[in-house]
Amino acid sequence: MTKLVTGIIQPHRLDDVKSALEAFGVRGMTVSEASGYGRQRGHTEVYRGAEYTVDLVPKVRIEVLVADEDAPSVTKVIVGAAQTGKIGDGKVWVVPVEDVARVRTGEHGIDAL
Amino acid sequence: MELDAGLTAWMLVSASLVLLMTPGLALFYGGMVRGKSVLNMMMMSFGAMGVVGVVYVLWGWSMSYGTQSVGGLFANPLEQFGLGGGEVFAEDGTAVIADGLPVIVDVGFQATFAIITVALISGAIADRAKFGTWMVFTALWVTLAFFPMAHMVWGGGLLSDEGPFASIAEPVDFAGGTVVHINAGMAALVLALVVGRRKGFGKEPMRPHNLPLVMLGAALLWFGWFGFNAGSAYGADGLAGLAWVNTSTAASAGILGWLITEKIRDGHATSLGAASGVVAGLVAITPAAGALSPVGAAALGLVAGAVSALAVGLKYRFGYDDSLDVVGVHLVAGLVGTVLIGFLATDGGLFYGGSVNLLVVQALIALVAMVLSGAVTLVIALALKATMGWRVSEDAEVGGIDLAVHGEGAYETIGGRVVDSRTSLPTAPAAPAPATRTTTEVK
Repeated sequence: MTKLVTGIIQPHRLDDVKSALEAFGVRGMTVSEASGYGRQRGHTEVYRGAEYTVDLVPKVRIEVLVADEDAPSVTKVIVGAAQTGKIGDGKVWVVPVEDVARVRTGEHGIDAL
Repeated sequence: MELDAGLTAWMLVSASLVLLMTPGLALFYGGMVRGKSVLNMMMMSFGAMGVVGVVYVLWGWSMSYGTQSVGGLFANPLEQFGLGGGEVFAEDGTAVIADGLPVIVDVGFQATFAIITVALISGAIADRAKFGTWMVFTALWVTLAFFPMAHMVWGGGLLSDEGPFASIAEPVDFAGGTVVHINAGMAALVLALVVGRRKGFGKEPMRPHNLPLVMLGAALLWFGWFGFNAGSAYGADGLAGLAWVNTSTAASAGILGWLITEKIRDGHATSLGAASGVVAGLVAITPAAGALSPVGAAALGLVAGAVSALAVGLKYRFGYDDSLDVVGVHLVAGLVGTVLIGFLATDGGLFYGGSVNLLVVQALIALVAMVLSGAVTLVIALALKATMGWRVSEDAEVGGIDLAVHGEGAYETIGGRVVDSRTSLPTAPAAPAPATRTTTEVK
């Protein structure tokens, strides 16, 4: 069976997280730009004196499909590489995946990873 | 009269520089609106280029600089309609030369002023105006407000050194403090009031979507302004040099004035503030470029930058949605420049031992320009409101005026396919193609 590990991280930690995952042996991932907030909340911007609170801040979402047994390690790798210790570092979560298919070959399940 | 080749070359360059200001303004304004309405914002500038560029050669030149003045208010539009009438081209078709310059070169130079002045107004009504109404407005406004003002101030009319105020002191408007900036700024205020606020004004965030675009636009405006002001010296000479240096110095000081003000007030020196300070400084020096010392120009730019930085907040206090601060920058800095000439002019200014007369005259021409521009704009704006209407539908405004009005979006989105037979490639004759399938049906 497979799991989906999703990490929401600081954009400037992406390179380190990517390298760490590659070093661990992960062969593919999906990265997208995201915005959101947690405890960090937002920041203030001022344009010609007009002040705006911007509570959605830029984040990067990184998604990796892994075999069940690898999920805890991959989570650990992402947390380790993304961590700065400051508020706003993000979250990582794991969800079960019912099936995966490789589009090129039509393989299913663990073979498609 | 003999042709002055140096002067003619400089004026052709100046005209080209000033023309570049309007696309520059399109960038300056375009970056300041939200991403869903940047094309419409830029199109208002390009639309003004389309309309005013044609109108100018038809009756604009004649109304501004024709010899048949109607009470000092405007000149007969028919006298030199289409640049006929013998003042621009002689009967044998050769270009008439006045003071060393072919008049046709002056026509080109002046046309670029008319274009940018009209385009300036558009910033007050961002995101919400019908494009057709705007296009009709440009023709009406340039005809009824700009050409008369150009005639009054520069064409020997009421506000010129041949008008009634000249007996007190000769009014100074070197390159367009009244004609361009007070005129456009006042029109912007009236138009913002007539057209009304954007939906969500003061409630939803309306952040500039692309500040690098704004800074690029400000840079092009600065560059083009050398043609605007130094070109207005009508000479490739020391006066042009003084105007050039004063122009650049005031722009620099405008940056400082704005940044210092907002750093103290808001805590940050912003890029939007720097770009705005450039324009405020340039606006203020426009009427004064030939009349001040470079140190005076620095003082003027500093004051203009600071005052404009404070003035842009007025729209929130009074509740009018002058979206991109045409009032706060052009009207306010235009007034600062026009009136402070009374203090700072090296010839006749109060700080240089002059009498109060110049100050009085400068305040008077500023006031007259405001009243005339406000009244004429109000009539045009209300007439258009009653006939064509100003506002796009609420759905169009909320969803984005670019898509609703122009059928385009500025930035790439995923998806889309060719549905127009004029642009789709002929389908390859695939073997089992259904007999009924032809490209023309794909509609």
